[in-house]
Amino acid sequence: MTAEKNILKGNSFKFGDDISTDLIAPGRLFHLRSNLPEMAKHVLEDADPGFASKVKPGDFVVGGRNFGLGSSREHAPAIIKLAGVGAVLAKSFARIFFRNSINVGLPVLVCDTDKINEGDQLEIDLSKGIIKNITSGAELEFNPLPDVMIKILDDGGLTDHITKNRGFNL
Amino acid sequence: MGKTISEKIISEHAGGDLKAGDISVVDVDVVMSQDGTGPLAVTQVEKMGFDSLKNPDKCIFFIDHAAPSPRKELSNSHAVLRKFASKTGAVLSDVGKGVCHQILIEEYSCPGNIVIGGDSHTCTSGALGAFATGMGSTDIAVGYSLAKTWLRVPHTIKVNLNGKLNEGVSAKDIIIYLIGKISSDGATYKALEFGGPVADTIGMDGRFTISNMAVEAGAKTGLFNSDDITREYLKSQGRSGCFREISADPDAEYEKVIDIDCSTIEPMVSQPHTVDNALPVRDLEKVKVDQVFIGTCTNGRLSDLKIAAEILDGRKAADGVRMIVVPASRDVYLQAMKEGILETLISAGAAVQNPGCGPCVGVHQGILADGEVCLSTANRNFKGRMGNTDGFIYLSSPATAAWSAIKGYIADPREVE
Repeated sequence: MTAEKNILKGNSFKFGDDISTDLIAPGRLFHLRSNLPEMAKHVLEDADPGFASKVKPGDFVVGGRNFGLGSSREHAPAIIKLAGVGAVLAKSFARIFFRNSINVGLPVLVCDTDKINEGDQLEIDLSKGIIKNITSGAELEFNPLPDVMIKILDDGGLTDHITKNRGFNL
Repeated sequence: MGKTISEKIISEHAGGDLKAGDISVVDVDVVMSQDGTGPLAVTQVEKMGFDSLKNPDKCIFFIDHAAPSPRKELSNSHAVLRKFASKTGAVLSDVGKGVCHQILIEEYSCPGNIVIGGDSHTCTSGALGAFATGMGSTDIAVGYSLAKTWLRVPHTIKVNLNGKLNEGVSAKDIIIYLIGKISSDGATYKALEFGGPVADTIGMDGRFTISNMAVEAGAKTGLFNSDDITREYLKSQGRSGCFREISADPDAEYEKVIDIDCSTIEPMVSQPHTVDNALPVRDLEKVKVDQVFIGTCTNGRLSDLKIAAEILDGRKAADGVRMIVVPASRDVYLQAMKEGILETLISAGAAVQNPGCGPCVGVHQGILADGEVCLSTANRNFKGRMGNTDGFIYLSSPATAAWSAIKGYIADPREVE
């Protein structure tokens, strides 16, 4: 990771287990998939109706188990990122959501989210793998990403990685 | 040490000897997206500056999720796909042709292939012995452009389907039972490999149903050996040439082995709002249904419509029940018409819609009202899935769906006389 991207700061918005892509980017908004800024105004609306208007740039989405299960729609992590969210933290992620998040340049971190409450202020050091809960004083570790994903994130996402290398260079 | 099916296929496509956990760039055989994920894939191909696709005749754009288009924004997205396919020589599968996963198995996926699709249920092709998995639009854009992707070779959970299936019980009940047992993240990052006497005899349509729902346990794909049943299926599709035998080595290393005695499985439902909220139908309280939906990439094939028609023959859907039937493809639709299946279903009160995803994704053709209950043969019952967060979706087999349409509440198809 580049130095300026290393530290993330913001407040947490807590969600439960099994937050599906239907809750993040529902089918009833299918017609907005070619208008992501508009769709981002509805991000996670079916899980927390006020979320999009409350979230501030740099804040964190904090889920439970199996975050992002369901559809392959990349629009789900894309609108979370567009809403300004700095990273998504969860106990575990569904596979496609996790991969899509890296591809769009949204950090996704696996950690024990029981130690984070709604509204807690967090400071995350991506390169050291440490989350400081400023509010509670607790310090959490998160699992490092596989090297290939770090390379893709470092390049700014998959399209930038491919454009830069005219192919894979993992 | 021997290899699992995933290890064999991915090694071949990486040009190396890979084991579970290894990561490699691999060649891919078939790449597809649909009208929900295709437009973003097109944007990404253009953003990367590629003027052409690597193997355009194996690059497919499906228009199935909102087909025909219910509103102008989607009509414009469809137009983007048509124009891009025309420009690049990619295949366009337009309105009325069918659900992407069904067309892949009918016309494109072969045993031993790597198939990547911009749709989570791409794992359906795993039933043919293809390593088939869902990805997002950007990965698909790279697949279109380069015919390559990167993969981590998954660890494999072997699922032995032992015993035999009882009357009134089908593949759908097996997979709902399994997901209930291991939960909706019980196979995350893993491949499921199905074997045992029931897997060996259940027939291709049953295998497709099971592989289709592998992702509902979090799995990357759901694989079956390719065998004589696979060979016969491909022959029936005029694709004998793409058959090859694929199976795991006897000494392959599995992360876990799950033994299921299928003789003990009853008709099952997934209750709202997760697939793993599974229960035998007979343990349900009486649940009144407003809508019954028979179709999708999970259960919209000929044998599914046939079993529904056998139950509905000479009977009617109960008053107050809307019954929607959507054949998975044009071929299924035509064959069901020729065999009189559609006539039986329509006479019983069904609204038969054009091949495609129908109301599954909540875009059109059967959105639920507040508080309504739908019994669906689809693969997903998440809150909001069918277009309304205040709707309630139960999942079942076609037999349970058909019998429940007649009864007006969710009912056990073993009661059919």
